[in-house]
Amino acid sequence: MGDLVKIQDLYVWFRVYGGYMKVLNGVNFSVGKGEKVSIVGETGCGKTTTMKTILRILSSQAHIPKGEVLFEEKDILKMKEGEIKRLRGRGVAMIFQDPMASLNPVFTIGDQLAAVISHSGVQDLDKEKIRQLSINALKEVKLPDPERILGSYPFQMSGGMRQRICIAMALATERALIIADEPTTNLDVTIQDQILALLRELVTKRGNSLILITHSLGIARENADRIYVMYAGNMVEVSNNEELFCNPLHPYTEMLLGCVPKLSGGGIAEGIAGRIPDYLNPPPGCRFEPRCPYATDRCREEKPDFVDVGNGHKVACFKYN
Amino acid sequence: MSENRIILEVKGLKKYFPIHKGDKTLFVKAIDGIDFEVREGETVGLVGESGSGKSTTAYCVIGMYSVTSGTILFKGKDISCASSQRPLELKRDMQIVFQDPGTSLNPQHTIYKIIELPLKVHGLAKGREMRERIVQLLESVELPESYLYKYPRMIGGGERQMVAIARALATNPSFMILDEPTSSLDVSVQAKIINMLIKLQKEFNLSYLFITHDLSLMRNVATRVVIMYLGKIAEMAPTEIFFQSPQHPYTQMLLSSIPVVTKEEEELKPKKIKSQGEIPSPVNVPPGCSFNTRCPLAKPECFEKDPVMVQVGPDHFVRCNLFA
Ligand SMILES: Nc1ncnc2c1ncn2[C@@H]1O[C@H](COP(=O)(O)OP(=O)(O)OP(=O)(O)O)[C@@H](O)[C@H]1O
Ligand code: SF4
Ligand SMILES: [Mg+2]
Repeated sequence: MGDLVKIQDLYVWFRVYGGYMKVLNGVNFSVGKGEKVSIVGETGCGKTTTMKTILRILSSQAHIPKGEVLFEEKDILKMKEGEIKRLRGRGVAMIFQDPMASLNPVFTIGDQLAAVISHSGVQDLDKEKIRQLSINALKEVKLPDPERILGSYPFQMSGGMRQRICIAMALATERALIIADEPTTNLDVTIQDQILALLRELVTKRGNSLILITHSLGIARENADRIYVMYAGNMVEVSNNEELFCNPLHPYTEMLLGCVPKLSGGGIAEGIAGRIPDYLNPPPGCRFEPRCPYATDRCREEKPDFVDVGNGHKVACFKYN
Repeated sequence: MSENRIILEVKGLKKYFPIHKGDKTLFVKAIDGIDFEVREGETVGLVGESGSGKSTTAYCVIGMYSVTSGTILFKGKDISCASSQRPLELKRDMQIVFQDPGTSLNPQHTIYKIIELPLKVHGLAKGREMRERIVQLLESVELPESYLYKYPRMIGGGERQMVAIARALATNPSFMILDEPTSSLDVSVQAKIINMLIKLQKEFNLSYLFITHDLSLMRNVATRVVIMYLGKIAEMAPTEIFFQSPQHPYTQMLLSSIPVVTKEEEELKPKKIKSQGEIPSPVNVPPGCSFNTRCPLAKPECFEKDPVMVQVGPDHFVRCNLFA
């Protein structure tokens, strides 16, 4: 499987009062053509920052001292404005946590779908054709009565329906990559289940690549082929889906899994002592070192790189190197 | 468990909120007739999705809302009155911890002041004792003395929740309502808080009413589980039994929707019922069984007859026409 996106040794810093927040700290990541990948990590670990780099929508305080973000082997960081526009219009679509924020409250759903479809670069679309494509897009996300929905406004829909509409907009035109950033965090669990099943089904049917960002190891397990675990600006582990849960290697992954309440009971682990480092002044070696029960002197001085332990299972920790 | 003393008893509780549409007045039936109890030393998990009325239940019990009808008995005394009419002793004995520690703590106050307030109101400490007691309360939630003069914004979300718990403990309550205390926190932080709550429960013989949407969490915390849907209870059972043999179609749908991390858990998920349909608005509850719009097992009578609660096993109750 060829890589659609490949991020290599990416550093992203944010200029703030008092210095730089050194957020991304040498991120390595890839998603293959037609592959479903999930990034799991806790609040503030840099998941959204990584995705914003792919779309080049980082804020103006952002500074990228080092790294490459390749889309079909071309470096996004070096693309001209025109190329970036084309990438956002045709290459990549993003679905956000809060569908209300990504839908415009003053336009009808029909207007917003039409805008996406007519900007897709496909030629010769008359009004009727656009309308047809919009209706098809709504049908695909299994919304009842698409004709009526075209004339409605976002506030007239439930949270679940709004997220279906966002998926319809993301998939209304051909895209190679769909990025879904916590698409179900604000939804109830039974609605979440429906939305994720829908997203999985559509992405699989079309052969799109998917990057699913989530806090939940369970959501990653049920929706991705491969899973990255992110901690404090680094990818610390990546593996095939089942393997990560049977054989978690990184101390952080192992401890995080222990904290997840299981439907089968057995209690919850004590939690992870300490908290995520201050990005203004992060630990110089392994960023998990201050919280890690296995840390040695080497962990305090050197930054561990990914090592491949076989089968594409990689871990960034000196326990394995 | 069942021989333990009943601490809280809720009977036929209803809470309707009027809403005005043009010149008509409609009612949101946030809670529409629920019965349950909490026994001494127990953790009852009150579980539901949005609009199910779980927080409204909590606010009625704590006295933030007056009740529309029904009774709430606390240690045998009727407390179905507004907070302003409740005796001070009752307010001391029953405490609540809210979901968002960011907004429930006064940002202008130091942690010292935040914990001092209930101690003052209830006259539980004064002079030199005050500081000692506050430090002791911080210790019971494993926060160091150095936190006394910090402000809420200076500490993490998990630590703020610890402060909120310390404040609730200040009055030596015997009963605590936990209203989604960890749902805005990361799982690693949640784990710490949950373990702390379990430890405190044993130490101080507390009874908990734990409001949440997280069933996996309740599997590990609750002694009994109460499932709400659109203002009514769908199913209620001791935790072990509940997860071994969930009966209500909604409960099964809920369980089948939970993302899990092990094969063992996968096997516990009901396979036959897949999630479908939207949760109706509580303003517009369907007639008959309110789950009939989503229920794959609905019979014609479910569109007319609202089911009554029936007992299906020891301490196990289900409200569904399939069991009547
Ligand atoms: N424009 C910015 N200026 C300064 N700091 C920023 C900026 N954008 C992000 N950050 C910081 O970068 C870190 C990573 O943020 P990011 O949003 O990528 O995390 P995340 O993994 O998506 O977290 P969440 O799970 O909460 O969505 C955070 O500490 C955040 O405060
Ligand atoms: S590199 Fe060292 S500190 Fe980092 S996770 Fe591994 S053992 Fe722990
Ligand atoms: Mg994010």
